[in-house]
Amino acid sequence: MSWRSIIPGAILVFTVMLAALGSLFWTPYDVADLDIRNKMQTSSIEHWLGTDHFGRDIFSMLMVGARTSIAVALVAVGIGMGVGVPLGLFAAARAHGWIDELIMRGNDLVFAFPALLIAIMITAVFGPSALNAIIAIGIFNIPVFARLSRGAALSLWTREFILAAKVAGKGAFRISFEHVLPNISNLLIVQGTIQFSLGILAEAGLSYVGLGAQPPVPSWGRMLAESQTLITLAPHLALYPGLAIVFTVLGLNLLGDGLRDWLDPRLRRER
Amino acid sequence: MKLHYSLTALVVVAVLSGSALAARTDVTLGMPLEPPNLDPTAGAAAAIDEVVYANIYEGLTRFAPDGSVLPALAKEWAIENEGLRYVFTLHEGVSYHDGAEFNADDVKFSLDRAMAEDSTNAQKGLFSNIDSVEVIDPLHVAVNLKQADGSLLFNLAWGDAVILDEATAADAATNPVGTGPFIFANWVQGDRVDIVKNPDYWGTPVQLDKATFKFISEPTAAFAALMAGDVDVFPNYPAPENLPQFDADPRFSVVLGSTEGETILTMNNGSTPLNDKRVREAISHAINRDEIIDGAMFGYGTPIGSHFAPHHPAYVDLTEQSAFDPEKAKELLVEAGYSNGLTLSLKLPPPSYARRGGEIIAAQLRDIGIETEIENVEWAQWIEQVFKGGDFDLTIVSHTEPLDIGIYANPDYYFQYDNATLQELMDTFNVETDTAKREQMLRDAQKIIADDYVNGYLFQLAKTGVASAKLKGLWANAPTQANDLTGVYWEE
Repeated sequence: MSWRSIIPGAILVFTVMLAALGSLFWTPYDVADLDIRNKMQTSSIEHWLGTDHFGRDIFSMLMVGARTSIAVALVAVGIGMGVGVPLGLFAAARAHGWIDELIMRGNDLVFAFPALLIAIMITAVFGPSALNAIIAIGIFNIPVFARLSRGAALSLWTREFILAAKVAGKGAFRISFEHVLPNISNLLIVQGTIQFSLGILAEAGLSYVGLGAQPPVPSWGRMLAESQTLITLAPHLALYPGLAIVFTVLGLNLLGDGLRDWLDPRLRRER
Repeated sequence: MKLHYSLTALVVVAVLSGSALAARTDVTLGMPLEPPNLDPTAGAAAAIDEVVYANIYEGLTRFAPDGSVLPALAKEWAIENEGLRYVFTLHEGVSYHDGAEFNADDVKFSLDRAMAEDSTNAQKGLFSNIDSVEVIDPLHVAVNLKQADGSLLFNLAWGDAVILDEATAADAATNPVGTGPFIFANWVQGDRVDIVKNPDYWGTPVQLDKATFKFISEPTAAFAALMAGDVDVFPNYPAPENLPQFDADPRFSVVLGSTEGETILTMNNGSTPLNDKRVREAISHAINRDEIIDGAMFGYGTPIGSHFAPHHPAYVDLTEQSAFDPEKAKELLVEAGYSNGLTLSLKLPPPSYARRGGEIIAAQLRDIGIETEIENVEWAQWIEQVFKGGDFDLTIVSHTEPLDIGIYANPDYYFQYDNATLQELMDTFNVETDTAKREQMLRDAQKIIADDYVNGYLFQLAKTGVASAKLKGLWANAPTQANDLTGVYWEE
């Protein structure tokens, strides 16, 4: 049943993606244009969601902010997958050897640090920017994917078709990529969706404390931070970016949950 | 029986309200920044003076709330030898908080310490004209000058010129012992400084028994603390957008005053491309001050056209000279050879005038083809990179020292402006004693720096104080960095 959560999840995610992609070509207003005289207006026909404390159009800001969030989270998940999955597959292929130990204890080490604090440290050392936020979030995605793919791959390595491949003379590298990887891809997709939503939250958190994308690039987290002292005067300034984060993360989680139930063969029979 | 109970209740209520009617004698002040130490003679941070000035430490003279100079530890003075020698008569019976006696030796020690080669005083320039300090007897001290100097009494009123006891001066950073009406009690780092009434104060006794300076850097937390009554007053409230709300609330009074804070877009005159006057002029014309005051300060602030406070008698309004004119700005950029635009770094310290003002200025500069790379920095980074390191193109900061146009005569100051004419002018200014001539020189100095477009002059920072409506006696204006509590009391 629960695979049906794909639908609302997909709709939410699709809307956000569309807004982000759309902002590349068109926004109702230029987000770099300040219009101080029209600051903190509420919703109107000209400004659908009103204007912020500099008179910028909030709807346009949210569209471009979606782009920032998605770009950061997507690349961060990409780094996590790109590095973590090969590491995990490699560790599984050399299960219980010293390489396996080295990789997995290294993962434990990264896991042992509180992710957001390390992200703050990285941005403090190298200066705050969207790029550093990506690197920081990406590093913490690596062990997640490494562990997941190693665990899943280990159980595959005992299966007959892998044995057959071995007998056919394929090396560990080819087996890992030609036979193991396709069989764990559904797991990776599901985990990727969940990490994606965590990445969006992390980006919002880093921007909130001023360590994410720097002004004037709009970012949902910074929009929240900037509207803090204005909350009694103009609550909509905090409301809309807050809702944007909530719906994006909710959408991704629903999508991830639904995908898991849909792709998992053990649950598939219940459909 | 019922009557009896209600009578008892009445008595209880009467007793309770009676005790509530007695005026409070403690006050909690909110400050956005915590001082790095408590020795005003060894640090530049405004927060130091905001705690200790006139409360713990006193100098020979002091600033009045209107900025004029009043006698403090010096009862009176005589000017001898054609302005080259000031003889101060000190108050009798003044003692430090630890019981030590205050006398002329302390004055000599404090001034010598501030003038010394290895002095860590942040405003050594105040003492540069002093030749020697001479103890005549315990109650008389003479200050001999190199040249006749009209600013000596003004200079000695600064927090950087307060008098310390030789025995306790070394520990002043953490345990300040002064002669003032309040005694330092305790400093909980990261939270607050407590001071208590000095029962043996030599001057008019204060009405408060205890005062707490609480450090709240977050504007949101400052708002909550005032609303909850945890803080009675925020002399420099950090979020101007909340002021109308406090104003509408009968529990609070909002006091708007002037400060000595010239808020400027500092340009690095020492390196390309900002060593080209045309580029600086272009930037000055690209700035729309009204937008900045409205957008960053919610309307609180007075536009300025030079590095000078509008409430000073020698002020000249030079805002027209750098009026908002983007077309002219673009022409100037083309003339300077930057027709394809240029990119400058813009480093912004935490206050909202800088962070918000910076975003507005970035948008205004973009309109004339200058891209900015904004970097938000904390104060420690700002001091390190910008103020000491000179690693910046543009930054925004408020210079809150009184009458500080003299910083333009120092070629090593962080904006690295080097102009021999101005340096000469300030040298003659420092030795001139005639008020009319001094004011004329200040006018000339304002024009010189405005003509050179040294920095982008934005606005004079307003002092936006929010206080509990019953708290009286606070300074409305800020002629110096201080929270003078000597006249503060609660209205019953």
